[in-house]
Amino acid sequence: MGVISLVRQFSVVLLAVALAPLFAGWIAQCRAWLQSRSAPPLVQPYRMLRKLFNKDVALAKDASPLFRATPYILFGTMVLAAAIIPSIATDLPFARVADAIALIGIFATARVFLSLAAMDIGTAFGTMGARRDMMVGFLAEPALLMVLFNAFLLSGSTALPSLVEAYSAHPLSMNPSLTFAAVAFVMVLLAENSRIPIDNPTTHLELTMIHEAMVLEYSARHLALVEWASDLKLFNYACIGFALFIPWGIATHGADGGLALLLAVAVLIVKLLLAGAALALVEALSAKLRIFRAPEYLAMAFLLAVLGLLVHILLGA
Amino acid sequence: MWPDVIKDQLTLLAANMPARRVSVDRQQWLEVARALRASDVQFLTMWGADDRDRDHCFRIYAVYLLAHDVLVVEHEIAETLTPTYPSLATTFPAAARMQRAVYDLLGIATDESDTRNWLRHEGWPEALFPLRRDVDAKHQYPIDSRPYAFVPVDGDGVHEIAVGPVHAGTIEPGHFRFSVVGEKILRLEERLGYTHKGIAKCFEGQTQQTGHRLAARISGDSAVAFSWAYCAAIESITDRSCPVRATTLRALALEHERIANHLGDLGALGNDAGFAFGLTQFSRLKEDLLQTNQLIFGARYLLDYVVPGGVAVDLPDHAHGLLVGFYFTLQRAVAELRAIYDEHDGLQDRFRESGRLEQSVAQQLGAIGLAGRASGISRDLRVDHPWPPYDKLGPNLVIESKGDVAARVQVRFDEIFESIRLCHALLREVPAGPIQGCIPAAEPERLGLGLVEGWRGPVLIALQTGPNGTIRRCHAHDPSWQNWPLIEYAVLGNIVPDFPLINKSFNLSYSGQDG
Repeated sequence: MGVISLVRQFSVVLLAVALAPLFAGWIAQCRAWLQSRSAPPLVQPYRMLRKLFNKDVALAKDASPLFRATPYILFGTMVLAAAIIPSIATDLPFARVADAIALIGIFATARVFLSLAAMDIGTAFGTMGARRDMMVGFLAEPALLMVLFNAFLLSGSTALPSLVEAYSAHPLSMNPSLTFAAVAFVMVLLAENSRIPIDNPTTHLELTMIHEAMVLEYSARHLALVEWASDLKLFNYACIGFALFIPWGIATHGADGGLALLLAVAVLIVKLLLAGAALALVEALSAKLRIFRAPEYLAMAFLLAVLGLLVHILLGA
Repeated sequence: MWPDVIKDQLTLLAANMPARRVSVDRQQWLEVARALRASDVQFLTMWGADDRDRDHCFRIYAVYLLAHDVLVVEHEIAETLTPTYPSLATTFPAAARMQRAVYDLLGIATDESDTRNWLRHEGWPEALFPLRRDVDAKHQYPIDSRPYAFVPVDGDGVHEIAVGPVHAGTIEPGHFRFSVVGEKILRLEERLGYTHKGIAKCFEGQTQQTGHRLAARISGDSAVAFSWAYCAAIESITDRSCPVRATTLRALALEHERIANHLGDLGALGNDAGFAFGLTQFSRLKEDLLQTNQLIFGARYLLDYVVPGGVAVDLPDHAHGLLVGFYFTLQRAVAELRAIYDEHDGLQDRFRESGRLEQSVAQQLGAIGLAGRASGISRDLRVDHPWPPYDKLGPNLVIESKGDVAARVQVRFDEIFESIRLCHALLREVPAGPIQGCIPAAEPERLGLGLVEGWRGPVLIALQTGPNGTIRRCHAHDPSWQNWPLIEYAVLGNIVPDFPLINKSFNLSYSGQDG
């Protein structure tokens, strides 16, 4: 492991942490345009974070150390996830440590801590949000695994970088089994990141909230970290999607000099712009599902991913 | 059609529609109610008055809407340490909360077992009744907050969710106590009264000439309805009719108010189902309407447009062309948005079957106004008791039968189109003439009613005059009184996250209810 790959690893993480709020800002901007509102500035999420970091923390008197530790754990897990996902380069020292299944485990860890923290204070809303999030989570994770299995079958490996490498070795047009998997992945992405149609990140109606209900008791720097971690989660999911389905432009092993990395960053930004706009479009066009339709929705995602596997086996594609 | 017990004692009552009044004893108070219930009459409101300074008794009044008349039943209660009267709640469930409110304000009680306070949130001492004449309302008391006895629900896995009175959004305060199993609602109990402002007491300090301003502020979204009801009451008492041009303009303003609120609600309903596009589009239309209001009536929310004797501002010269053009644009835009709402699968899935209020339940609870019409209760003052200028307009009744959120959405859409039609008709025949007549000070001790179908339902002002142009007692009724309890039934069996949508589909007034 050379110094260069460490530098590369460091820059990947830094890029993710820095770009994540921008991606969230871009989606918010697109959504505002699609709803014919005038949009907030692109840097609004950063302003939000600055504001929150400058505030004093208001802590419930029943808060345990777990409640205070959770924002840091959340942020930490999301940064760790960002270190594993080949967003711009595949030769990442961290990525060799954990494969894609471990990545799902990292996301699950974050979810467990957030749910525990939500129940920690003992308000009705936190508990309500936590149990709804658990319901969504336990249905979304198998669907995500199935999506990944599609890719594993194609590349013969469970590590994300080798997936990307395998693609760039055989630059395929869209694989039929991956088409199913891609649709399933977008559905899981929306559910896992508390977006419409499963959750509404902009709602003020406490009784309908999932993610927002869990973080209602957080304030100041804690809330900032929770928000930043959510932005990072969305960013990570987007990068997983790029690695699985449109890996073009990611600097592969041996071809990842400075110029290639810069090019990879440029390609990533273009992908993020397009993905953000598409996400906003999906959100603007749909209404929120009744919460008991969420299992149907996620079962559909699971089914699509399984169909992808079947297609792969039947067609041998 | 009149109950036999009171047939011979009816006297005429000043109101903007045919109305009678009768004074009954304790036994007849109940008999009349039962007879009226049997003939499917709508119970509208009740209020109490402290007349101890005059003839050593309290009075309690109940208002009923008959097929073509309004009936005020009045009962005298002798002054004792604990004055009581028989409860109407078993006959008309809607009376239950009103009776609790009457007790909180005046200390006249019923034989009802539920003696919890309704409007008094420990803001004044228990033995003090602010609406009594010997109480100085200016005095401030420390708040001595006590827990409210919500009805508990027992069972395996049943737990409570307490929401409000302070909510995550900027909305009026109200407390909702849910008993749930998982996400399913077993029981909902409301607690209101957080915005009690003592409006009835405030009225006693107003003159007859200024009361309309207070009336307009009872529930800001129904400013025209309330101020018109007030003006109708004072005009009936003094027997002065308002110039024809002014009544036409009042109706125009009332329909504008109806359209504006329906537009706002339709947007909010889309937003609460996660369809924010609807909110921005309907908000834009509502804003266009409010700006038109500013140009035509000189006020966005039409506060103080209706004044005793007429209206405050005459139509500007360019009004006709401007309004006709505006109505056409509005109609087209709403029709377009309606098609989007109707064809949006996700939205319709949220609207249909949510918060269903069966017609039989609505009938039993006495649902009125918009929410009632969505459950098949065909009542609209403009149709059943048309007062000028509606007697010449022939408004059509908008009705749906399913009683779910979707039905309340459809009623709103249909009422917008009907209101636009009425506006066109009104505008075609705006008569020339003055916009204000002179209203003299009324004789003392006269009672008059003003009833207006506001956008939520019938709004009533009952005005009792004092000497030298003062107000002795003024009772304002908001249809939310009847319709708040409906939500407790409409949400049964629904899931918790659907409550905000169901609540919004009723969109009742906290301020109007709390008084």
